[in-house]
Amino acid sequence: MNRRDILRRTAAAGLLATPAAGLLTGCATSGGGDDAGESYRGTKSEANPLGVAEDAPLEVVIFNGGFGEEYAKAHQAMYTEKYPQAKINHSATQEISKTLQPRFVDGTPPDVVNNSGAGQIDFNGLVSQNALADLGELLDAPSLDIPGQTVRETLLPGAVEVGSYDGRFLVMNYTYTVYGIWHSTKLFADRGWAYATTWDEHIALCRQIKAAGIAPWTYAGIHPRYMSWPLISTAIKFGGPEVATAIDNLEPNAWRSEAMRMAADAWHQIVKDRYILEGSPGLDHKQSQTAWCQGKAAFVSCGSWLESEQADVTPAGFDMTVQPTPRLGAGDKLPYEAIRGTAGEPFMVPAKAKNIAGGLEYFRTMLSRRGAQDFTRKVASLTVVAGATEGVQLPYGLTTVVKALDASGANGFNWVYNNYYRKLERNLVDAACGEFFSGRVGPAEFLDQCQKGADSIAQDSSITKYKRAA
Amino acid sequence: MKHGKYPLIATFLVPPVLLYVVFVVSPYLQAFQISTTDWLGYSAEANPVGLANFKTLWRDEYVWNALKNNAVLLALVPVSTIVLGLFFATMLNMGGRKGRAGVAGVRGSAVYRTVYFFPQVLSVVIIALLWKEVYHPGKGLLTSAANGLGLAAPTWLGDPRTAFWCVLAVMIWSNVGFYVVLFGAAMSSVPREIYEAVLLDGASRLTTLWRVTIPLLWDTVQVAWVYLAIFALDGFILVQLMTNGGPNFSTDVIGVRMYDTAFGSETKFGYASAIGVVMFFLTLSVAVLALRIGKRDRIEYS
Repeated sequence: MNRRDILRRTAAAGLLATPAAGLLTGCATSGGGDDAGESYRGTKSEANPLGVAEDAPLEVVIFNGGFGEEYAKAHQAMYTEKYPQAKINHSATQEISKTLQPRFVDGTPPDVVNNSGAGQIDFNGLVSQNALADLGELLDAPSLDIPGQTVRETLLPGAVEVGSYDGRFLVMNYTYTVYGIWHSTKLFADRGWAYATTWDEHIALCRQIKAAGIAPWTYAGIHPRYMSWPLISTAIKFGGPEVATAIDNLEPNAWRSEAMRMAADAWHQIVKDRYILEGSPGLDHKQSQTAWCQGKAAFVSCGSWLESEQADVTPAGFDMTVQPTPRLGAGDKLPYEAIRGTAGEPFMVPAKAKNIAGGLEYFRTMLSRRGAQDFTRKVASLTVVAGATEGVQLPYGLTTVVKALDASGANGFNWVYNNYYRKLERNLVDAACGEFFSGRVGPAEFLDQCQKGADSIAQDSSITKYKRAA
Repeated sequence: MKHGKYPLIATFLVPPVLLYVVFVVSPYLQAFQISTTDWLGYSAEANPVGLANFKTLWRDEYVWNALKNNAVLLALVPVSTIVLGLFFATMLNMGGRKGRAGVAGVRGSAVYRTVYFFPQVLSVVIIALLWKEVYHPGKGLLTSAANGLGLAAPTWLGDPRTAFWCVLAVMIWSNVGFYVVLFGAAMSSVPREIYEAVLLDGASRLTTLWRVTIPLLWDTVQVAWVYLAIFALDGFILVQLMTNGGPNFSTDVIGVRMYDTAFGSETKFGYASAIGVVMFFLTLSVAVLALRIGKRDRIEYS
């Protein structure tokens, strides 16, 4: 038997093995099925409104990002305090989608998932595959420790809308995040600068800052979508909340509305006049924020997680303050104080979880006053539970966030297209912002590029579309 | 001898073949099957859609943009790496001219040999992060050097005009070391007498390289070509870590597109598998072409 014979026979063996492989091919998509029968359910009572099985195990997967995982362990301890027989299986990861995707397919997902971070699973995909349990029951259950109120009544306005898809509450966003323009109180006090409330004054202030040898702005050039937030905010304040509704509902030419054009023209000024720190297009969020903390730039656009994210590089006495975007002028529909506030840090219970009632009860624990206060104390971030900061010592930046929220009141606004269509913000608007804020395209081309992205989502029949009311 | 043949073959061949089928062949086949569905990856439901994914792909300008970048990589990375690799290997092995008929490397070749191999010792992730800092627009090595010379530095990875070339340079940098060693090893198997004869005939270094070394090393060069072509069609890790395809998709490659479609901004596993299938055939064709075009008569030393 020579070498050629061996090769030929090996090939034959390979061919024989192929049908076996064919049988295997079904396996990545063939798991699951209708074996939801062995789920844990207890009997509902006044003390147990969600019908938790007291001895049912609960598996919780936490995104191990800026907030860490310690806060979650504290919530779990509160859960086992009430259900001592329940065994909690806690794990934390930075790669939510890669870790959990096979388990969703297999039909054995965990009971609670903190779907967050860069490895977040696209919610559009999850919702359109009915992979998420309806959390509506949780909202109507009484709060754990705020007497006489249902969970829904204890939440800040907008908290339920953000996690709702076609009227079903599927995602519990736990933190309350404010998006604005940040500056150092110390720097401004030292130099005698005052934050400007109108756009013209803002440009004048930028001129002054630049003359003092500091760059007025810096931004995350690698994730330029951070700059879309103040730009869209400017447009909403000029044209009213319907500017955001149109964008969220993928209405034709929503990105080319008059308000968006006004806002883009205004923001183009800081690019044209070179009010942005040299090299910003090459910095990521952490690098640009660090340059800002080092006093190389005066303004940065970010959400209220900024303070904890920068904690290790912020000099003492820096005292970061958040402010709303300046008004374009007297014609603005919303006052200067109006700021973007939204529920963030999404938590969900998979539809095929074994212990759905336990998952809801875990959320009820998180949304109790005690759970929320503990979270705020541990990670210096607000929660969606109204008034839960009372009696909690807040760091400087967070107190300015609370103040900004109070001042904004009922004028607060938000948009959700980034939740509906992750790709639109993460890829398409992001790329357009990169071109615009590095000065390679003007305002009209910028909005055209955003609109083109929105149209491509609108025309993609494989993406489920959601609408929200104004 | 004859009667013990089949049990022996079975013992040695069946386990590896089985492993190969389960862990390599079956996922490939499965990718083909998934590419004809609209599977969204988080449920067990997938509807067959025939070739719809491939039709969408044909009109997907982001995929074409990524393919265009891969084509440029394919045209430049293998050629530059092989040319540099051959040049360095020649200098290290026979660049020196000491002694009348001595064939030796340039002075300090042992040091160079080690230095060139450094990138190969580092993991790709470390290389990507290292270069990200070198390209840092504020305090990076390159920017500082340019500023020191009084030149205005671009923002490197932050500018679509330069980002792609910056990544390409890292790809070549990280690969050259390995091919220096590969070509060096091949050169040492070339009989010394040939070089001594060439030297006596008064050939220059370039002529020696072009007329003697490369023809004798052709097999190795061809292998390098195939490896590098496959690398150029991938390039995923470096791109994903350094730029994630940005700015404005200027450094996007097909592997990043596939990853982003499944695990990044969307969960379209069906569509991502279709991209994977296209990648599979592209890589296969490029490998076959590289082998065919490079076919020459074998030279055997006797």
